[in-house]
Formats: sequence, structure tokens, C-alpha cells
Amino acid sequence: MKAAAVLKERENQIHRKGKEPFSIECNKESLAGAVSQRACVFCGSRVVLYPIADALHLVHGPIGCAVYTWDIRGALSSGPELHRLSFSTDLQEMDVIFGGEKKLYNALVELIDRHSPKAAFVYSTCIVGIIGDDMGAVCNRVSKEKGIPVLPVMSEGFKGNKREGYQAACDAMFKLVGTGDTTAISPYSINILGDFNLAGEIWLIQEYFNKIGIEVVAKITGDGRVDDIRRAHGASLNVVQCSGATMELANMMKRDFGIPSVRVSYFGIEDMADALYDVAEFFKDPVIMDKAKSLVRSEIEKIMPELNKYKAALKGKKAAIYVGGAFKAFSLVKAFRTIGMDVVMVGSQTGTKEDYEELQEITDQGTIIVDDSNPLELSSFLKEKDVDVFVGGVKERPIAYKLGVAFCDHNHERKEMLAGFQGMLNFAKEVYTSVMSPVWKFVPRRIKRESEVGLVERINKGEKP
Amino acid sequence: MLLRHTPKEVTERTALTINPAKTCQPIGAMYAALGIHGCLPHSHGSQGCCAYHRSTLTRHYKEPISAATSSFTEGSSVFGGQANLLQAISTIFNVYNPEIIAVHTTCLSETIGDDLPQIMKKSIDEGNTPEGKVVIGASTPSYVGSHVTGFSNMVKAMANIAEPTGKKNGKVNIIPGWVEPCDMEEIKRISAMIGVDITLFPDTSGVLNSPLSGEYTMFPKGGTTIAELKGCANAIGTLALGEWCSADAARFLDTKHKVPCSILDMPFGLKATDRFINALRTVGGTTVPEEITDERGQLVDFISDMHQYFYHKKVAIVGDPDQLISMAEFLMSIDMCPVYVITGTPGKRFEKRIKEITKESPFPVNVKAQGDMFLLHQWIKNDPVDLIIGNTYCKYIARDEDIPLIRWGFPILDRQGHQYFPTVGYKGGIRILEKILSSLLDRNDRDAPEEKFELVF
Repeated sequence: MKAAAVLKERENQIHRKGKEPFSIECNKESLAGAVSQRACVFCGSRVVLYPIADALHLVHGPIGCAVYTWDIRGALSSGPELHRLSFSTDLQEMDVIFGGEKKLYNALVELIDRHSPKAAFVYSTCIVGIIGDDMGAVCNRVSKEKGIPVLPVMSEGFKGNKREGYQAACDAMFKLVGTGDTTAISPYSINILGDFNLAGEIWLIQEYFNKIGIEVVAKITGDGRVDDIRRAHGASLNVVQCSGATMELANMMKRDFGIPSVRVSYFGIEDMADALYDVAEFFKDPVIMDKAKSLVRSEIEKIMPELNKYKAALKGKKAAIYVGGAFKAFSLVKAFRTIGMDVVMVGSQTGTKEDYEELQEITDQGTIIVDDSNPLELSSFLKEKDVDVFVGGVKERPIAYKLGVAFCDHNHERKEMLAGFQGMLNFAKEVYTSVMSPVWKFVPRRIKRESEVGLVERINKGEKP
Repeated sequence: MLLRHTPKEVTERTALTINPAKTCQPIGAMYAALGIHGCLPHSHGSQGCCAYHRSTLTRHYKEPISAATSSFTEGSSVFGGQANLLQAISTIFNVYNPEIIAVHTTCLSETIGDDLPQIMKKSIDEGNTPEGKVVIGASTPSYVGSHVTGFSNMVKAMANIAEPTGKKNGKVNIIPGWVEPCDMEEIKRISAMIGVDITLFPDTSGVLNSPLSGEYTMFPKGGTTIAELKGCANAIGTLALGEWCSADAARFLDTKHKVPCSILDMPFGLKATDRFINALRTVGGTTVPEEITDERGQLVDFISDMHQYFYHKKVAIVGDPDQLISMAEFLMSIDMCPVYVITGTPGKRFEKRIKEITKESPFPVNVKAQGDMFLLHQWIKNDPVDLIIGNTYCKYIARDEDIPLIRWGFPILDRQGHQYFPTVGYKGGIRILEKILSSLLDRNDRDAPEEKFELVF
């Protein structure tokens, strides 16, 4: 590896499986001056809450924070679409000097009068934390006057990275939980936590649960509704996906309402099946378990013939993963294995020590495990490992392409469902489409490689090179 | 419909911006800084700002965008960000080794009162900035102006490193303003044809439209070099294209280094390009070659061939002041009618200028600085237009109201081509007209009743 690509201070945040006993530093602040791929607290809160479609989402701050989070996630709604508009108090210099409380009050009143939302979330930004607006007081006042919950989200950007933002989002949502009517909720009921309905995924997951006889009370937050969250405490179980985003809400619901939770993932055949089995097991009802088994069987039967075609083509190809939360990486490692590919690098922006330990356990020898990486590191790993496909988010895509490496967006910009059994097939197809694209044949670096591969093959066959 | 939440009735709003037609200063500073060769932009604030700006620029250009951040924490927000910036400068030179770091502030670092020039000086005193390397800085508080202001502030910071040698170098500075990399390339092509030796800054061509080579580099080939920037003090003149984006830097060079400047409109469309060519010829002391005259003739030819289809078509245009001023003038000159003109950037002068340009219009013209897309949509609901010209965010309105949209401006998140096909100059004018004509006639072909569906236009 080219040593120049790795900051000395970052050496401990990179581990290569096999060489030494496992150790990795993580959950530390990014080095000032690093080209980090991380975002801020506000970003974390915004992505978690924004799919709640019948709530008002008002960003209290200068214009940028509202613009950069305007409808970027593709979180689909089956009904209202108020969440796809961008509302900002657009703080100006005078507001920074004299305070923005009055502006916030006026903005809230105007919006609530016009749109009659079920609730309002008001997001704090860096500057609000500094100038000391009492957002809580303004929200309380408007809440009393308008008769809807107006919830401050304490998401000042500088307080950390996305994970602190998840916490702030959960704190805000938790104020809704327990305020709705829970009569007529089935004992066989769950809340889906931590799916954001990108490309309509939560609809598929909900359908699976309904098919095995389980009622979904609240979808948190994909295609979310305020009234559902208010009665979420009536569910028997919280089914939580995505490591950090909504786990804290589940913990709070456990503490105050005694609702247990299971952690699941809907990506890949194994994890999707496990999710259904784990939930079925919880209810200790053989009928549900039987239904789960037959659902899994029929879904797998449906996708396997096509999936095998992709597997045959992709076998032995190499994949690299760099995602926001590490939990998603576990599923991706397994999903790549399902289609015969080797994961040679895996990393995340905000993984914990436990996350990385688990990654180390499920990956092969030599795999690079990395926390809070940057473009130089990522590109040096991609080249070193001669990767065929890179999975990441918006900032990673052009890095892969510049290197002539295929790419799959497993983040906000996915265009097809990647969850569920159908999602596994979509994932395989997307990886296949990109890896097999003829465009890579025009990339100088890859052409060289192709000819070297050809050379090895010819030597192996006993031909003269 | 997505925008069913938009009521038709327009009411005065003072506390609220809905569906903004602008964004904040730092992203403009970051875009400008990418037009310096070997430059790593640096965001002095929380990590989120930097991540957002990089993501947005990436979505617009489909290119890797590198920028560093001071990664503010709660501590830095209380005790000031000096330590973070000093460490950042040292880290960046040690690891990424750019020629130059272009620091911009954020609302956070501005509000806690970090003093950028003082911190930059300290960095030199403490030996954090290696010999021969440069750090420039621009103050870009997000609660003042817009992304355009941030762009202008960073361009001025570039001019600030100009060093007079006491001897004129015979070159002309051209400050292109916030245009696409291909537009910058086109300005260089035109200048070369006219025989004027120019320094273009910033220059994102070769940076944000770079070829796929199979290698990743943080610092692509393009960009204005530090030596060129230093040489700006010795130029024989400066042409600033756009009052909002470029005038501050030009006036600075004029006042400080006695480089005379002309503030022009951005060269979009026939008349603005005429003025640009004329100014360039005059300051460079050359004559306009026949090739340029021919390009102009081709544009006029295009207009004459198809002028009947442009006649009195109503257009809504939304974007940034400099671009809109030239576009409004261009549309008027081909008999089209800009009836709604919106920018999110503040400035009463803008409204005045648009009113002046459109005073001969047969229709009433609504213009608003510091406006937003919500207001534009309300106007359109009250009286529709034939065409919208603006950034990707216009597509919500275009879809809901079933109006053709030409993507032009920043950001364009859902189409390609803007980084490759210039819209400045005469050839750029032809490109704009081609787009307008195709939009209008495609619509006509789609909607015309069968008996009026025609083969030839």
C-alpha cells in the first residue's frame, strides 16, 4: 500500500484482517483538516425525521441547511407530501444579532395555519445553538396556540456527527409516543423502526409482515404518519433496522412502555429471512412461524433462478463497501457472498467498536476494515485490492468512476428497492449491470489489467505469452 | 401533485422562505476555489457544511469534489476555532500537499468571531504554512447574501494575492463569474481568437469536467495557477463579467494595483456577447477576426430562421442575478417575454435592472430579488407561462403545471451536459436557442391536434 495515502494519525482507524490481533479506533472526532466523508448532527436528525410525511419540517437557521436537505432522500409517501417541500426561517444578519425567536414564531404560525399539519418538527442548526434562541419556549407557545405537537429537534451541527443527530431525532419523536389511542391493536403487532422507504422498500417489508399475520402499527419513519407514531406504544414489539438511527427510540420505548425490540436487517436473503423468523419466534405462534417459513421459501424460489445467473457472471469479482452506518455493512458482506463475490474492503463513517469487531469476524483474511475514511485512502484501497465494484454514497460514486470501477449506491440515491427478497435480486442486477458495463473496457488502467489477466491465463494454459 | 400544498393566492411573507432559489455563501466559495490549480478548499466550520457542499457539487458535476473541514466540536464553538484551523492547515499540507488552501468561513465560525486573517498569519508565523505554499481566506457568513456572495468573496480573496512587479505584463484579467467549466473554456477560446493574452480566474475547466483516466487525483490539471494570480496586479486591464460575481475583485485590483477595470454583463446572448467582444478588443488593442464575426452571423441567422416561433412566448426565469440579467436581455432581443424573474439573492438593483431591460415588454413583468420557488409557482398558477428556464428545482413546478423546462443555472442534479456545452458567447447563444426551440416545438408536436400536426417547421 502507498503509505502516503494514510494519515499517520489515522493508522489506528484502519485494520487489515489477519496480520495482527484485531484492534481499531473509532467513534472519535475527525481530524481537523481531513477530507472526511462524514456529515453533522443536523444531517442525522433531518434524514431520520423527514420521511414523516404529514408533519411540518421547519429548519431554523440560515438558508443552506434547508437547501441541502430538500427532498434529497427519495423517501416515498403514499399520501401527503408536505415533507418534500423546503421550509426555512432563512436567518439574516439582523436575526443573528437580535435573535430569531420572533421570526421562528411567525414562520410556524403561518405554516401551521396554511397546511394544518399533524405535528411540526423544528430543527436547530449551528447558529441557533450559538445565538441562544429558546426554541423550546417558542415551540411550546405555538403548540398551545395551535393545538398540535410542535417539537424542537436539538440538532446543532457542531455537537457531533450524524449519530448525535439520530439521538436528537429520537428524543423529539419520543414525545409523540404514548399520546395516541391504542385500542383495537392486535397482540400480534410490531413497529417498523429504521427503514426510510427509499424506493418504496417499507411497503414491501410491511407486506411481508402482513402476510405472516402481523399488524404494523407505526412505520418509523418511512412513509411515516404522526398519528401512527402516537400510538406506537400499543405494539408488542419494535423491529429495528439500521444501527444508530432509531435504536435509541426503541430503548426509550422499552424503558417507559416495556416494549422489547429485535434488531434486524432487510438486506440480503439470509438477513431478510432471519428478520421474519426472529419476529415470528417472538410471538411464539406456530401459525405465524409456518407462514414465515412458507413466505421465505416461496420468495427465494421466485428469485433464485435469476439470481443464479448473476452469480455465475459475478463469481470471484471483488467488492468494496463504504457506508454511513456499519450495520448495513454486515448485510452487504453477506449479500455479496450470496452472489459469489469477495468483499476486500469495508468501512463506515460512524461504526462502533462492536460493529467493527463483528465485521472482522464475518470478513475474509486480508480484508481492509476502515473507520471515517477519506477519498485518498479509499482510492488507494480500491486500486490496491483491484476492486470490481464499490458500494457507497453520493460522494464516493465519482471516485469509483474516475478509477474505472463499477458502483452501486446503497444510500439516498438508490433508484430501485434493495430491501427484501426482491431487493436482493435488484441489488444483484444493479451490481451486475455496473460491473459488466462495457465502459470499463475503455479505461486505461483497467485495459492494462485485462491484458495482464489474459497473460496469466495463457501461461496457465501452457501457451507462450 | 407534489406541490398541491401551494395556494394560488399570494400573501406577503417576512419570516419564511419556501423552496429556496438560493443557497448559502460557503458553497460559492468552494466552487470558486476549485478554479485555482492545486487548491484544496477548506470549510472552517462543522463537518456537515463541508459534506453538504461537496455532495451538491458532486451531484451537479458528477465529479469527485475534495474539500477539508475544521470539524468543529462543541469545544471549538465555545473557545473559538483557531486551534482547529491551525491544525487543519498543518494536516492538509502534510498529507494532501496542495499548492494552496482556500479557507472559507461558515455561519458558525463567523458568529463565534474567529478572525481569519489573524489565524492565517499565525499559521505562517508558527511555520504551519510551508515555504512557497499559499493560504487564502474569505469571510462567507451564511446569513448574509447567498451562494453568489460567497463566490464573489472568494474571487476577491484570489485577487488579494496579486503582487505588482512594477512592470505591466500585457495580459488582460478576465473574471468570468459563476459559469460552467465549459463556459470558462469558451471564454479562453474566444480570447485566443481575438488575440488577447488573458488570465482567467477562477477557471474550473479541466477541474470539474475532467476526463476519466482510470486514476483518481485530488488536483486535476486545470485551474488558474498561483503565479497567474500573482500576475494579475501587472495586467493592462480587467474585465469583470457580472456585477454580483466578479465586480468586487475587479474593483479591488483597480484600486489597489491600478489595473483599470470594466464591469460587464455575463456574455450570454447576442448583445451581451457583443459588448464583451468589443471590450476585449479595446482593452487588448486588437481587432476582431472574421471567424468571430462569422460566429455572430450564425447566431443571427439562427434567430432569423426561427423567429416566428419565439414571438411573444412567455418565460419564467429563475437563478442568479448576473445570469438572469443577460438571459432576460437575450430573450427580449429575440421577441420572447420574460414575465417572471426570480432570484433568491438579495439586491434591489437587480429588480431595477430587470425592469429596465424588460420595459418594452408587451406583458407586465414580475421580478423579485430574495424571492423563492414557492412565489414563482404562485405567480405561474395565476397566469401560466410557455417555458421555464432555471435549475433542477424548477422541475416540481414544471411537472405540476405541465410546462416545458430548460435546465440552466445551479444546481442541475438530474441531467448532464452543462459542464460540456457552453452557453456563453455566440456559439453558446446558438446552444440556448436550440434548447428553447426544441422545448417549444417538442411540446407543439406532442400537443397539436392531428390535423395541425406538421412535418416541417
